[in-house]
Amino acid sequence: MNNRPYTMLDPTAERAPIARTRLAPPESLDGATIGVFSISKERSDEFLDRVAAGLGERGHKVRRFRKPTYTKPSPETILQDIVAHCDVVVEGLAD
Amino acid sequence: MEFTVIVKRECETCQMVVPVLEILRQRHGLTLYCQDDPSFPEALGGARDDTALEQSWRLGVEAVPTLIRLENGAEHARIHGWDRAAWRQITGIGDLGAELPAFRPGCGSRSVEPGMPERLALRYGGLHFASRVIEVSEDEDPIEVAYDRGWSDGLPITPPTALRVARMLAGTSRRADEVIGLIPPNLAECTVEKAAINAVMAGCRPEYFPVVLAAIEAALKPEFSMHGLLATLGFAGPVLVVNGPITTRIGMNSAGNALGQGNRANSTIGRALQLLIRNVGGGIPQEIDRAVLGNPGKVGFCFPEDENDPDWTPLNVARGAAPGSNTVTLFHGDGMQGVIAWMSAGPQSLTKSLAMALAAVTHPKLCHWGGAILVLSPDHYAVYRKAGLGRRADIEGMLWEALKRPGRELVRGAHGVDEGIDPALAEQMVDKFHPGNLLVVRAGGLGGGMSGIIGGWAAMRNRSEVQIVSKEIGP
Repeated sequence: MNNRPYTMLDPTAERAPIARTRLAPPESLDGATIGVFSISKERSDEFLDRVAAGLGERGHKVRRFRKPTYTKPSPETILQDIVAHCDVVVEGLAD
Repeated sequence: MEFTVIVKRECETCQMVVPVLEILRQRHGLTLYCQDDPSFPEALGGARDDTALEQSWRLGVEAVPTLIRLENGAEHARIHGWDRAAWRQITGIGDLGAELPAFRPGCGSRSVEPGMPERLALRYGGLHFASRVIEVSEDEDPIEVAYDRGWSDGLPITPPTALRVARMLAGTSRRADEVIGLIPPNLAECTVEKAAINAVMAGCRPEYFPVVLAAIEAALKPEFSMHGLLATLGFAGPVLVVNGPITTRIGMNSAGNALGQGNRANSTIGRALQLLIRNVGGGIPQEIDRAVLGNPGKVGFCFPEDENDPDWTPLNVARGAAPGSNTVTLFHGDGMQGVIAWMSAGPQSLTKSLAMALAAVTHPKLCHWGGAILVLSPDHYAVYRKAGLGRRADIEGMLWEALKRPGRELVRGAHGVDEGIDPALAEQMVDKFHPGNLLVVRAGGLGGGMSGIIGGWAAMRNRSEVQIVSKEIGP
């Protein structure tokens, strides 16, 4: 069997768009735990520190996360930690 | 008049007819294709290369050598293998093959080897699917893509490639675009093609596919109430009992561990139905599937009845099907509860043991709630047979009587238990089940005085709305 290009036939009723949709944002952040996730890009901490402080001032619970390097995907354990403890996450992607 | 001949080198009959082909080429036009080696036959300077089998597929060749007579480009006659009289008649050469035996059968065409017709149909444009195509990039694992898209019940699926789906569709005579019905809960239209895609994902072989199609049709009967079964808070999911010679033909297991793991047909046919309800119908756990606990059989629960004893009336025949017919029966099953009764030497004691266990279905003090399948093991069946009470009617009748209990023992509050039946029934003898909601099915291996009880969905108390259904398995 030729695996490239690899295609599959859709098993669904095809009522959803072909591209996966994003999760809908929560209607309210009341009581939500907000993750602040640094990808370890230079100076991202300066920005994310301000974001975290601002969220805290507004009464939100904030948890901080950091992956070891922006050059590689995050270790699965960090992503699982975010999923387990946060309702939404702010991810610092750029310089 | 001209001729087309398809051969392959590895076929001895093809090798034998080479001198005949030389004569044919001298007398008429001859177009020669070889399926495995275009240098064959050397005596004719080789043949046109059909190792890709395009011409063989387009010409519908089933065996080699195939001789086709064309007139003005249109086919007028065809024969395969070597049959001297027939070759002489088709070619009009009266002394053709005088040195050869009168008859020698040919060999199978490579274009009809297992799985090849579908591969060739896809390659040369004979097969098109209505379903949209999901592309998997080189960096992605198709099984992970299926998980990400929500297509899986939690276990890995077989990626539904076009070739696999084409092969699945070869398992039925029904058209891919035929609509089977509307799948709950979303009442989405389901074609044979969508069923085939989900059967591939479940791990079915093509020969299982007619059982899957019958199961879908059974589930869609209004009296089965598939929507409610999917959406229920209760434990139940569809349990499939398959009867008839097809169970042996496709290798289902009705012997040891019949309700367990290890047999592909048992494990995948029920799964195909459940995947279809998930993917086409939109029946997703914790969304419209509101089960409090569910049960492991909701991944797929399917087994055949043991019909090896000709004295036993199979379940489908008892429910009105013709003897020897292939049938799938769908029950709303909660899961399996074992009952061990080693010491019962006679049918009276054994019946009481089985009835005590059956009485616990849904709740020991509830009656007419739920039904049950009693999966009667060979050792327990032997107890009845030995006493001359081995017919289905004997066993069902004894169980029915043993399941009658005094209402005062069962009413709400009796024995300090709030749960129970209507106090108005206190002075009556009360049946455990509605008539027809207790099925006895023979299955299992030898060696143990134990049987299985598959309790049924509590909504079976509404007899007019929730019923066990059967459907004959088509071609």
